Amino acid sequence: MGEVLLKIDNLHVCVEGKPILKGIDLTLNYGQMHAIMGPNGSGKSTLANVLAGREGYEVTQGQVLYQGQDLLAMSPEARARAGLFLGFQYPVEIPGVSNLYFLKTALNAIRKHRGEGEIDAMDFIALVKERMRLIGLEEQFLYRSLNEGFSGGEKKRNEILQMLVLEPTLSVLDEIDSGLDIDALKTVAQGINALKSPKRGFLLITHYQRLLDYVSPDAVHVMAGGRIVKSGGAELAKELERKGYAWIEPLQATV
Amino acid sequence: MTVTHQELDKLIARKYREGFVTEVEEERLPPGLNEETIYALSAKKQEPEWMLHWRLNAYRLWLKMEEPHWAHVKYPPIDYQALSYYAAPKAQKGSPKSLDEVDPKLLETFEKLGIPLHERARLANVAVDAVFDSVSVATTFKETLEKAGVIFCPISEAIRKYPDLVQEYLGSVVPPGDNFFAALNSAVFSDGSFVYVPKGVRCPLELSTYFRLNASGIGQFERTLIIAEEGASVSYLEGCTAPMRSEHQLHAAVVELIALEGAHIKYSTVQNWYPGDEQGRGGIYNFVTKRGECRGAHSKISWTQVETGSAITWKYPSCILRGDYSVGEFYSVAVTNHFQQADTGTKMIHIGKHTKSTIISKGISAGHAQNSYRGLVKVLKSAVGARNYTQCDSLLIGDKCGAHTFPYLEVKHPSAVVEHEATTSRISEEQLFYCQSRGIAPEDAVSMIVNGFCKTVFKELPLEFAVEAQNLLGVSLEGSVG
Repeated sequence: MGEVLLKIDNLHVCVEGKPILKGIDLTLNYGQMHAIMGPNGSGKSTLANVLAGREGYEVTQGQVLYQGQDLLAMSPEARARAGLFLGFQYPVEIPGVSNLYFLKTALNAIRKHRGEGEIDAMDFIALVKERMRLIGLEEQFLYRSLNEGFSGGEKKRNEILQMLVLEPTLSVLDEIDSGLDIDALKTVAQGINALKSPKRGFLLITHYQRLLDYVSPDAVHVMAGGRIVKSGGAELAKELERKGYAWIEPLQATV
Repeated sequence: MTVTHQELDKLIARKYREGFVTEVEEERLPPGLNEETIYALSAKKQEPEWMLHWRLNAYRLWLKMEEPHWAHVKYPPIDYQALSYYAAPKAQKGSPKSLDEVDPKLLETFEKLGIPLHERARLANVAVDAVFDSVSVATTFKETLEKAGVIFCPISEAIRKYPDLVQEYLGSVVPPGDNFFAALNSAVFSDGSFVYVPKGVRCPLELSTYFRLNASGIGQFERTLIIAEEGASVSYLEGCTAPMRSEHQLHAAVVELIALEGAHIKYSTVQNWYPGDEQGRGGIYNFVTKRGECRGAHSKISWTQVETGSAITWKYPSCILRGDYSVGEFYSVAVTNHFQQADTGTKMIHIGKHTKSTIISKGISAGHAQNSYRGLVKVLKSAVGARNYTQCDSLLIGDKCGAHTFPYLEVKHPSAVVEHEATTSRISEEQLFYCQSRGIAPEDAVSMIVNGFCKTVFKELPLEFAVEAQNLLGVSLEGSVG
């Protein structure tokens, strides 16, 4: 496709008056997967939250175009309905609301926005079960309260399940790999790969290189101090893995 | 996160959909309360002599009592002489024999409230007694119930037709002098429901009473008496609404339940009295005494309440567990918004051996509302092996409301096992954002979260009403619940 899906232009963001993002530029085309890496506190999660529209982040400069639209002017739910998905680093628990009910409500909200009717209950179950098989989740999982009492790995796999059911155009996954053992990591990667298509894009935010072994990103950006200090191909991730983050510190000063 | 709180406040701006007034000519007693009022009321109801004396006795007890003020609620003094104690639609003469005799305006009112009384439209598995101000308008499915031996009629009718039963049980659980509002009710109660389920009979239908308070400036004092004989079982539900009026209206009901050996009574309430406006003007004062007695061994009484209305709610549906191995349950959802106040909970009095009680209370506060749980678990010396489990959860929406828990425990037998758990939580900005990031509008998200919070109580409601309760929550937190 090669067309632009997401264009971040000189994005500056403050949290409680303190500048966190200091001029982010990034262009992601349809069909692409970009990874953003960087040490803790570099602003990676802030970027993910700003893209999804979370409260408490003040954009002081710059703009973000999603499918040519002014993303920052949209409410979080409008962004989701337009096909943006944020995979949470820490998914929230909602007691008494079953996973299945939540997923169905979300899917129907998105379908309604597209002018489609509510999904048939049987079709929905069939769809969810099929997607669950991809990432090795038991059916029983659907009837538990959303994220309540889930293990860390289950929470992350549930994020991927939601992504697979909602089929977003742009998936922003915030440290989807953190706290996963190697088997769970592979399962999560499987989920991501299953959704890869020329019609979609992915922005993976990660601290470690290991997930990237299974999903092969088109580009890797390194963030530090609220800026992208280096961009490259998949080999950049390997380099980071070898050398750690210390060597990029001096780069901050030069940008 | 002040932004979020402001947004939440906007979301929970309430609309009251049952607030219309029915224009009917009414016959009413002039305002004021004295012995004359009681004579007049009793005469209107064509009551036997003993009932009049019962009322007068209650009235004299009431005169010596003081209005209680220990509840965590605030309101200006009530002028009992300014209220009228009887109002009935004029067209209605006594109990109508059939729906043809009922003023079509009244039928229309109930239809509008979603309680169709006509044969063709009425709820399939539910017998309904519809009470309009001080009188019962109609009772459906009378024949089906009669065939099973079940009596379900207005209490005013029961006093005339079944005096022995009424005399035996009326006031046997809540005596006339029990408390200030119970005494007042005993003196001036106008109507309510009477249920009698004979030995070994499982009531074939859900029974339901719908209370509609229409006239202004009257107090509504309904009285309900439910008796389940040995091995009998019955499920009963009451619903209540009132028009929007700028003055406060007093509603002081008494409900008595009696379960004999092996009998089960399930009593559910969906209370949606007018709560007042956003500034706290108007609304019903709902001061209610509800008590059930598990008189026989292995009997069970279960209270389920969904309280969304009223300016002030003050009620503690309770169980006296007298029979050995008897079981008391209390499941409650109380929602307060704007300036609503609720002080509600239960009392579980363990007297018999191996008696068991469960209390699940869910309080939801929004706006400037105050929501209190007040519960007493009392285990007497005789109650060997008594058990209680109490769980009180509070959910706060916004930062100007309050939730309070007042658990009282009195345990006189060392073998008792009493457990209490309490939590207070807020609908967090994170939960809302999580839902929004999945395409769900904030008001639908709040609805989902609140319904999830109440799930353990809703599943105790009769199926026909569980959905209604969920929808009602939607109205109560209009906008925030969809």
